[in-house]
Amino acid sequence: MSETEAVVSIRQVRVEFGAVKALDGVDFEVRPGEAVGLVGHNGAGKSTIVNVINGGLSPHQGEILYEGEPGGGISRARAHGVRCVFQELSLCPNLTVVENTRLMHAGLKGFGWRKRAATLIRARMDEVFPGHGIDPLATVGSLSIAERQMVEIAINFLTVTEDPKLVILDEPTSSLDASLAEQLMTYVRRFVREGGSVLLISHILGEILSTSSRIVVMKDGRVVTSRPAGEFSVKTLVEAMGSVVKETARTASSGTASAEKVIALVPQGGSATPFHAARGEIIGLAGLGGHGQTRMLLDLFAESSSKWFPTAAKRMAFVAGDRALNGTFSQWSILRNLSIGNLPQLARLAAVHTARETAHGEDWKARMGIRTPDMNNPILSLSGGNQQKVLFARALASDATIVLMDDPMRGVDIGTKQEVYATLRREASAGRTFIWYSTEMDEVRLCDRVYVFRDGAIVAELSGDAVSEENILAASFSGEAA
Amino acid sequence: MRKTVSGLLPILIPAVSLAVLLAAVFYMQPRAMSYTGLNLLFNLAVPIALATIAQMIIMAVNDLDLSIGTFVSFAACVTAVYMPNQPLVAILILAGAVGIYALLGIVITLRDLPSIVVTLGMSFVWGGLAVLILPAPGGQAPVWLRALMVSKPPLVPMAIVASVVIAVLAHLLIMRSTFGVLLRGVGGNSRSVARAGWSVLALKGAAYATAGIFAVLSGMALVGLTTSADANIALRYTLLSIAGVILGGGEFVGGKVSPIGAVIGALTLTLAGSFLSFLRISPDWQIGAQGGILIIVLALRLVINRRSPQEKTS
Repeated sequence: MSETEAVVSIRQVRVEFGAVKALDGVDFEVRPGEAVGLVGHNGAGKSTIVNVINGGLSPHQGEILYEGEPGGGISRARAHGVRCVFQELSLCPNLTVVENTRLMHAGLKGFGWRKRAATLIRARMDEVFPGHGIDPLATVGSLSIAERQMVEIAINFLTVTEDPKLVILDEPTSSLDASLAEQLMTYVRRFVREGGSVLLISHILGEILSTSSRIVVMKDGRVVTSRPAGEFSVKTLVEAMGSVVKETARTASSGTASAEKVIALVPQGGSATPFHAARGEIIGLAGLGGHGQTRMLLDLFAESSSKWFPTAAKRMAFVAGDRALNGTFSQWSILRNLSIGNLPQLARLAAVHTARETAHGEDWKARMGIRTPDMNNPILSLSGGNQQKVLFARALASDATIVLMDDPMRGVDIGTKQEVYATLRREASAGRTFIWYSTEMDEVRLCDRVYVFRDGAIVAELSGDAVSEENILAASFSGEAA
Repeated sequence: MRKTVSGLLPILIPAVSLAVLLAAVFYMQPRAMSYTGLNLLFNLAVPIALATIAQMIIMAVNDLDLSIGTFVSFAACVTAVYMPNQPLVAILILAGAVGIYALLGIVITLRDLPSIVVTLGMSFVWGGLAVLILPAPGGQAPVWLRALMVSKPPLVPMAIVASVVIAVLAHLLIMRSTFGVLLRGVGGNSRSVARAGWSVLALKGAAYATAGIFAVLSGMALVGLTTSADANIALRYTLLSIAGVILGGGEFVGGKVSPIGAVIGALTLTLAGSFLSFLRISPDWQIGAQGGILIIVLALRLVINRRSPQEKTS
């Protein structure tokens, strides 16, 4: 059991993104012939640990050893046989399967590389997914999502000049159907028996339990448990992901919600549960990130507005999660960023009434507690949390009765969060409805009612005291294969 | 079967457009259907095809070069002024210019600058340098270059031979070689290229340098045809080259390019000009009419692409 045996081992690694500690002193290693299952809820640090291992992210502290040698960087990791199948597919859609193979394997060169690549990839695809029916000369863009995922998996298991030693599979079955997923897991088990290592991340706990030899549970940037897979069951695994500390009393005050429904949808997209929202309710959309919550918000928003004559006066307001991408106007002042949401009310004869705009700005500065000496400062002079307050103010200042929030509190400090939570409560009591997608458990617990999403569908509706971390985790991870 | 058809489609549409246009020209002017006629029709297509390939390489890595026109003019001026008597100086200057192209690619990638802005700025630099080198139209073509451009190979005119050679070379380089795969990979998904352990910086530098070489060749071919140069000789090439790439089935983003299509696109654009002259459309209207042809072909492509089976889910 000497240290040098591990394919990869990381020691006391710390990674921080702003105020957020993504990895907080993590020790982790994978030995040859080991299939390690990695589970944890949103923000537990799974993706970060993957990026540290594959060399894409250098830790701020701590060291990485590949087969005992210290290293860092993508090429070093690849030289030691570390391969990674990413959750968001990373093939080039404009290239053919063969050309993508070449991209991943620098060893394929010289005359006739196309033929060799085609033979290799076809053989590997036949081995992993017998009967796949994918033409290696097809352009990746013309393949279905499942086929692309199969191609990416096969490319990463390919031996050209060196064997893959550790293959990281980040949600490899997310777009494969049950039989393809089973083919993959069978192949993974054989790969591991023959001495390879696999790091498997999946929200399907059945896969993790049946395929891994050891399971590592992460929470809040730390490894909380690392034990042989045989010691876990679906139930104990879900428990291990939850808080160690007993949860605090729910602060959500029920009773503000009225019976008047503002949205009622029939079950759709494979959901068994219908979605509805009442006036004055705060509704949470929970589950692992990227399982259809944002899609749902966008659909709601699209339905509320006319496609032909978009107007500023909408029934719904949207608070974006990705501030830089679709929230703020980065070149504008704080005031302009705020007032863009309801210019018609601030205008006189189609021109912006400056005095009214300033008053509007001062009003919301006080109400939201935006920390700035002058609303005319550029928006980027504010901290992330205060920028988010401006976006909230923009939504709240409109006359929208429903506010959609797409994980808006990402990377915001705790003090600011508390202030925003209080505002939300106040506004909800005043009769506004909030539909809130959040990846943070603390926020979800503030909601009156919670819908849990998995694989693009609503799988559970929790309300009142049933809104607990345990119930949400149990619903987000499915026990058996999809 | 369906796959082979949809695979050929991007190249089929520009080829058919060219054939239709050519048929129309022959119908109106049967005398064009001869060795000399074809040569005259397509003569000026050779430098345009080279410039189009240069633009296509830049577009393969998701950038756009707005300085191609002035750069080709600059290369033409250098060729006309220095190449006949001081070939070494000319080669050094042109090699330096290619080096600057590589540097541009590196700076654009390193600082994450919009290529449109950088190359727009550079277009004034190249234009200024061209005027400094050749303040008034003049200069002369080196004898060997002139001889090459006006040579008369048996059976097929030079313009056609040159176009085919350019198309085949560019196809081998961009579509078949591993270097070409990496270039188009950068256009398709530069993150995955980086994740596979390649240096996107080096690749983009190489892409710009290769484009620079093709643009230099374009300038030289132009001088060989016109026998003299002028600082504004190739200003139209910027837009012509972009139009040629798009006409040939390329796209602005996503690394989707086709060298053979690009050459056909350049030929089509050249022919469109002659076609309009044969129609006796006054030169005042020709540019507008050329735009009209472009819109019709592109609309045709959109319609056919929509009709073809949509397998994509994203």
